[in-house]
Formats: sequence, C-alpha cells, structure tokens
Amino acid sequence: MNEMLLQVNHLQTNFYTENGVVKAVNDVSFAIREGETVCIVGESGCGKSITALSLMQLIPENGKVEGGEITFAGKNLLKLNKKDVRRLRGNEIGMIFQEPMTSLNPVFTIGEQMIEPIQEHLLLSKKDAYKKAMELITMLGIPNAEKIVNLYPHELSGGMLQRIMIAIALSCNPKLIIADEPTTALDVTIQAQILDLLREIKKEFNTSILLITHDLGVVAEMADYVVVMYAGKVVEEGPVLELFKNPQHPYTKGLLKAKPVIGERKERLYTIAGQVPNLVELQEACYFADRCEHAMDICRIKQPVLNEISKGQKAACWLYEDGEK
Amino acid sequence: METHSPIVKKQKTMVVVKSPSLWKQTYRRLKKNKLAIISLFFLLFMFLLSFIGPHFSPYILDRTNVADMNQPPSAAHWLGTDNYGRDVLTRLMMAGQISLTIGIAAMFLSVIIGSLLGAISGFYRGAVDMIIMRIADILMSIPGLPLLLILAAILSEWKVPAEYRLYIIMIMLSFVGWPGLARLVRGQILSLKEQPFMQATEVLGLSDRRKILHHLIPNTVPLLLVVATLNVAGSILSESALSFLGLGVVPPTPSWGNMMDAANNFMDFRKRPWLWIPPGTAIFLTVVSINLLGDGLRDALDPKMRR
Amino acid sequence: MKQYVLQRFLQMIIILFGTSFIIFFLFAMLPGDYIDSNINLTPQRAHELKALYGLDQPVLHRYFTWLGNALHGDFGYSLKHQEKVLSLLNKYVWNSFFVAIFALLLTWSIALVTGVISAIKQYSWFDGLVTFFVFAAMSFPSFFISLLFIKWFGVDLKILPIGGMIDTGSNSTGIAHLLEVGKHMILPVIILTLLSIGSLTRYFRTGMLEVIRQDYIRTARAKGLKERVVIFKHALKNAILPAITLLAFELPGLFSGAIIMEQIFNWPGVGRIQLESVSFRDYPVLMAFTMFLSCLTIIGNFLADVTYAAVDPRIRLK
Repeated sequence: MNEMLLQVNHLQTNFYTENGVVKAVNDVSFAIREGETVCIVGESGCGKSITALSLMQLIPENGKVEGGEITFAGKNLLKLNKKDVRRLRGNEIGMIFQEPMTSLNPVFTIGEQMIEPIQEHLLLSKKDAYKKAMELITMLGIPNAEKIVNLYPHELSGGMLQRIMIAIALSCNPKLIIADEPTTALDVTIQAQILDLLREIKKEFNTSILLITHDLGVVAEMADYVVVMYAGKVVEEGPVLELFKNPQHPYTKGLLKAKPVIGERKERLYTIAGQVPNLVELQEACYFADRCEHAMDICRIKQPVLNEISKGQKAACWLYEDGEK
Repeated sequence: METHSPIVKKQKTMVVVKSPSLWKQTYRRLKKNKLAIISLFFLLFMFLLSFIGPHFSPYILDRTNVADMNQPPSAAHWLGTDNYGRDVLTRLMMAGQISLTIGIAAMFLSVIIGSLLGAISGFYRGAVDMIIMRIADILMSIPGLPLLLILAAILSEWKVPAEYRLYIIMIMLSFVGWPGLARLVRGQILSLKEQPFMQATEVLGLSDRRKILHHLIPNTVPLLLVVATLNVAGSILSESALSFLGLGVVPPTPSWGNMMDAANNFMDFRKRPWLWIPPGTAIFLTVVSINLLGDGLRDALDPKMRR
Repeated sequence: MKQYVLQRFLQMIIILFGTSFIIFFLFAMLPGDYIDSNINLTPQRAHELKALYGLDQPVLHRYFTWLGNALHGDFGYSLKHQEKVLSLLNKYVWNSFFVAIFALLLTWSIALVTGVISAIKQYSWFDGLVTFFVFAAMSFPSFFISLLFIKWFGVDLKILPIGGMIDTGSNSTGIAHLLEVGKHMILPVIILTLLSIGSLTRYFRTGMLEVIRQDYIRTARAKGLKERVVIFKHALKNAILPAITLLAFELPGLFSGAIIMEQIFNWPGVGRIQLESVSFRDYPVLMAFTMFLSCLTIIGNFLADVTYAAVDPRIRLK
C-alpha cells in the first residue's frame, strides 16, 4: 500500500450570498495516496470544484473555509500562513483549470508565464528557466518549443494551451496535481490526448492526481479511486472497479444507468427525476430523498452518514444502515 | 417503463420557485443601498424646497428693499440679503425651480432625441446610420463648454426675448447631450437586434415601428434610466456654468449659477460669502445626490458588476 | 495592422474636413459679426469693411477661401486684437498648456495609485473614502470649488495668491519669475486635478476589479507567485492597457484651456480668449480655435485607436 499523501477531513466551505449561506462543501472527507488517481465526480453545482479550490485556498471572494483539516505531507494546509501556502502552490501541488483559453494572461508570452513558477520555486536563472520550460514543452509532445515560448496565448489552440497548463503544473515536480475538469472545454479527440498525457505523467513521475469531472467515462479511464458528490456531500466512494460493478448509493446507480452505452438501443434515455436541491434552504434530511426511488420515511427526516459497506467502499444511505442491506 | 410513475408522482411534490420580475429585484437591491436611498430623499427634499418652499416665504422675490441691502444671515433672513435687499433663501429656492427644471427638461429632450436617433440608426443601419453617427461624432468632437459658448453666441445674436431664453437653454443643453445618448442606444440596439426575441418579432411580421417602440426601446430602458439620471447631473452643472458666465439664465431670473455671479465682485466675494456659498452648495449637494442615485441604480440593475 | 492604421488615417482626414466645414457653416449662420457689433460705423463704412474682410461672399466661397488660407497657416485675423489669429493664440495657449500638463501628470499618477489600491482593498475603509471623494470631486461645479479654494487659501489663510499668473506689477525674470509663476500655478493645477481625478480613479478601479476576477489571475496564484507579483505584474498590465487610449483623449484638453478656471483665476490663457471672442463677436478667433480643438479631438481619437492596436498583443499580431 502506498503512503498517504493527502487527507481531507470534514472539510466545510461556505459561500455567503445575498440569498443566504450556501454550504458548497458540506463535511467532505477523502484521502489520496502517493501515485494514486482519485476522481471526484458529480453533476454541476455539487461542490466538487470548490473542494479542489479549497485545497489550494483559491476559493472566490465570498466564500470561506469554515472547518475541517487538510493534511498534506504532514502539514495541515488550513493552518499554514500565507507565505507557506504560496510556497506549496505550483511547487508541491500543481493545478490545471477547466478553461485553458482564459487561464493564461493574454498580454504575456507563453515563455514568460512558464518560467515564473520555475524561477520562484526552483530559483533557477532566467536562462535556465527558459531551458527547462522548453524541455517541458517538448516532453509534452509539442514541437517547435523555441517558437512556442515566444507566442502569446491567443495564438495557440485549446488543446495546446491545456498542455502548456499541464507543463506549468509539472514544472516544479509536484507530488500532487489537481485537475479541475481539464477536458470539459476541449474536443473529444483532444480530450483523449490530454488524458493519455496525464496517465503517462503519473506513470513516469509517480504523481498523484486529483481529477474533478462530471464525465463517468473519464472516471472509468483515469481513476483508481472514486468519490461521488451530491449537493455538497460525499454520497459514495470506493475503488473504481468495485464502484462501477457494484454501485451502492441510488444516485451512483442512477448516474451509471444514465450513461448511454454504445451498441445498446433504448427508446428513452434514463434520467434521474427531479432537480438538484437549492443549496440555500437545505433541510435536515437526505438531500437526494426527493429524487430517490427507494426513499423511505427516515430519509426525509435524518441525514445518513458515510458507512463502510464492503472492501473499501463507502456509501451514505439509509438503505445500508449498520453496513447491511 | 420503470421511470414513468416516479416522475408523475414527484411532480406533485416539486416546489416551483418563482423568480421576481426585473423591476422588483432592482427595487429590492436599491433599497439595500443606503446612500442611494438617502440621495433619493435628499432630492425629494430639494424639489419640495424649490417648488413649495417659496410659498412659505414671507418675502416676494422681486421686491427690492434697499434698506435691507447686504445683510448677513439673521433670524429674519436665514441666508441674509443680496445687494438689492432680496432675501437670499427665497431666491435660492426660486433659483432651484429654474435650475432643476432646466436640468430635467434638457435630460428629457436629450433622451428623446438621442434614443430615437440612436434606435433608427442601429435598426436601419446603412446610409441613415452613417449620417446620424457622423453628425454625432462631429458634435462630440467639439468640447462641451466651447460648443455651448458657440451656441450661446448664436442665440444671443438672434435676440431671443427673455421669456423664451429658458427654453433656448434647454434646447442648447440637449443639443450637446443627445450624441452620447444616441451612441449608447445604438450600441444597445445593435446587440439586442441579434437576440432571439427579435427574430420572433420578425417571424410574427410586426411593423418596424412596433419593433422599435414596443420591443427594442423598452429593453434599453434600464440602461437609459441610469444614463438619464446622470445626464440630469451634467445638465445642471452645464447650466450653472453657463449662467455663471452670464451666457445662460440671465438676471433677474434667478438660477443657482447666476446667483454665484456675485462672487465676481471682489467685495461680495470677500465680505459676503452668504451670497455665493449657498447656491454653490445647493448645486453640489444636488449633483452629488443625483450621481449617487444613478450609481445605485446602475448597481441595482446589474448585480453581476459587483463594483 | 498596417492596413488598419492606414484605413483609420484616411477616415480621420475625411472627418477633419467634414468637421471643419460644419463648424464654418455653424459660424456663418451667425447673423452678426464684429463689424456689426461696432455701432460707431456708418452703414457705408461697415459695407466697405465687410468687403475688405470678405464677409459679404456666399458661404461656400468663404469656406474655400478660409480653407485655402488655413492650409497655408493663415487662420485669419482677430478683429478685436488686430493681429493674426495664429500668433494671438500662440501667445496665450502655452499658459494654458503648462497648467494642463501639470494637472494631467498629477491626475494620472494619483488616480492610478488610488484606483488600483481601492480595487485591491475593495469594501475597506480606504475604498469607501475614495468612493466618497470620487463622487464629491465629480459633482463639484468647477467655479464653486475654485472660489472656495481662493477664499480659503487666498483670502482667509493668505498663503497662496488669489489670481493672475504673476504678482501684480512684478517684472521678475529667470528663476525668480519661474518661482512666481509656479506659486500662482498651484491653485489652478490643484483645481484642475481635483476635477478630473474623480472619473479617472473610478475608471482604474473598475478596470482593476474586472481584471482581478479573471481566470488567469487565479492561475497566477495557483503557480505560487507572490501576491505582489500577481497584482502588480499580471493584473496591472491588463488594467492599464486600455487606459493608454485614454491618454490620447487627453490631447484636446491640454490645449483647450479651462474657460471657467481661467476666468476666476484671471489666468491669461486661451480659455479667456474664447470667452472674450464670444462677447466681442470676434468670430475668426472663435472659429479657428474651435476648429483647432476639434482637430485635436479627432487626432486624439485616431491616436487612441492606433496605440491600442499597437499595444494589445491580441490585435497587434493579427
């Protein structure tokens, strides 16, 4: 078993809006081991992106981490002072975002933006930093590295920009890469290339990856371990094969059923009835109760907790109280 | 089908969230902006003071009383008297009527001319658009005050009788104000035209007039509201500048601007600040309130700005 | 990009001519002129003078005569001052220019710093104070604040002169002269700065706020860069870029003279000349000057467009 790299315990991140308090990340816990790829999957608005941003303390202005601890390499990230957090970012933890086209500063060249973390964290000279940047670009399969470093972001395609983002995230040999929906904004073919790239990086450098996505296909390809989130809470988690073979939570089951399979013909695509609840007016109940086929009375009055069901799989559902069905 | 019954069952328990209309939301947000509300109340106060205030004053505006000349503020005359013995406070209130009326009237004229021309320009494009926008550009390329001076010169040549002078000033101010508005409205129309609801009006075969007046212009109202409010502030400042220079409202008609002309006289400036500080303060406070209100409106109408 | 510049340049020339014609026409509509305002002339003499000055020709004819002369640098004759318009304006325009340019430097430096800090510390007490100040500055009638300042600093406190460019009856030269003018310039420069600082601060603040919310700022932070670098390198450059075009728009203001301020401070600048020419119907001066200002505005527009295209890499490299 690999060493534990990142441990998130009871993370709580709230947003303070003019309509009320939104509990975007509501008592979320999970762990990532060295060299492991953990996928957080869920629909839009379930809190998966905010979870990732909370790790790096990059949440938008009206949000705040209100509780929990995040242990990384022996340190509680939430208790670090600003300088230490900054030292971690881009250095031991790298991050890539969803929209490569807007994630790079339009008025600086690719090269100028790539050498920044290298100069800051690895303390290389400008010349050496440029050399390293070009090495990274070539390693990621982009030709003409010398030309690329002098181009501006708007001169590159989305796929190339995302590779550059990965290069930047990799530049200081991080232990963990957080990828927030890295392929959502890209074409399917480019998506495949980027995912291949990430897999190779993991193999070569033994980097852990925290991959945020709403696409179960991506999960199937990339994940070692899966965390399913709904309305700010973790509803199920487990090793990828077991989760896909034996989903426990009704929501996970619904997600898997909803994904169309090539070769299968159906008159009607399966959908999970209902809508995600309004995160401002959450009641003390299972948040999924309104949409659940198996909803019981207890589901509407009390929140289920995550229980271990079987070999590493956990689910938060009243169907499995006491670990039994 | 296994999915049918749950859907039908669930519909009864689904909560329908009704989102309030644009105006209600705007009003709610505006209420939270304390500065804007204070400004609104202050403006109401100024209006009442100017239009109703004089009725409570024991002094008749134009009656000169040489014996009371140049008195500093006292119990009888809260803001003192001017060099004709007239009560300054009463004059201030009467002047308020003039300045506020001119400001608002100029704004209306600018808005009407500007939005119509801007809408026509943006809607029909082509030669009409080019001509109107060229004229607007040219007018905008001549700086404000010099342009007003030229217009004032032209109008003084035509020896306009005193009663009509006020209307002429309103027209002058709107002449300078409409190009900016036309440009704004045109821009809005251009982007609105591409929206699906305009395609719908096309499919329905509505007339151009209906499309412009009933569909396009009403959608520009939020923007227009903000711009119009700020326009009043600008008009009041311009009118007072002109009157101060003697090219706007001329005595004996009082305006806040020409009341400050007293400051041009050396003695009055040094020794009788009650003559020129009140009108200046009145202009300042009124304009600040209008600006704060306009800004509050802008924030209330577009919360995404979060400025 | 070269094509864009050429296109805009040609456009500019056309607009310049169009504007000159419209302004000329506007002035031609004036029923009276300098000759008419002189009531001491007999009708016959008036007629003679008019013929002499070419004031009795049809408008179009007069326009082209004027245009021809203008292209040779002859902008006519000031009827009041009895000298060529160009030399008259040249005598006074520099007095206005120096006040304007100092005010410009002050305004931009203060507005930039204040706007940026205000945006970084949004909703703080500093931001609130700045917002209050911005609104006050934008709402003050220029003549009112000028008068107030003269009263406080000139009359009550007696630390600054109350008007004019030099002390009355002074004939100082060299450094002493410069110092004297400098002392007299303090209030006008401060007033002009106060008047334009409001909207500019607002502009920088808004621009900075927008930029700070962008994805690439988040990326910069995610790279572990110092906050100082994130703000002053990444954010600032994007916020300032559009402001470069604003600089070009300041061009006409540098030469237009602050009409009201010069009136109140008795400053011998072109603003005063404009006022005078209105009162005395000295239309050649007024027209030439209006034309001058319009041209500056149009040229300023052109420069603004071109510099922006040159500085923004997204447009430059198209």
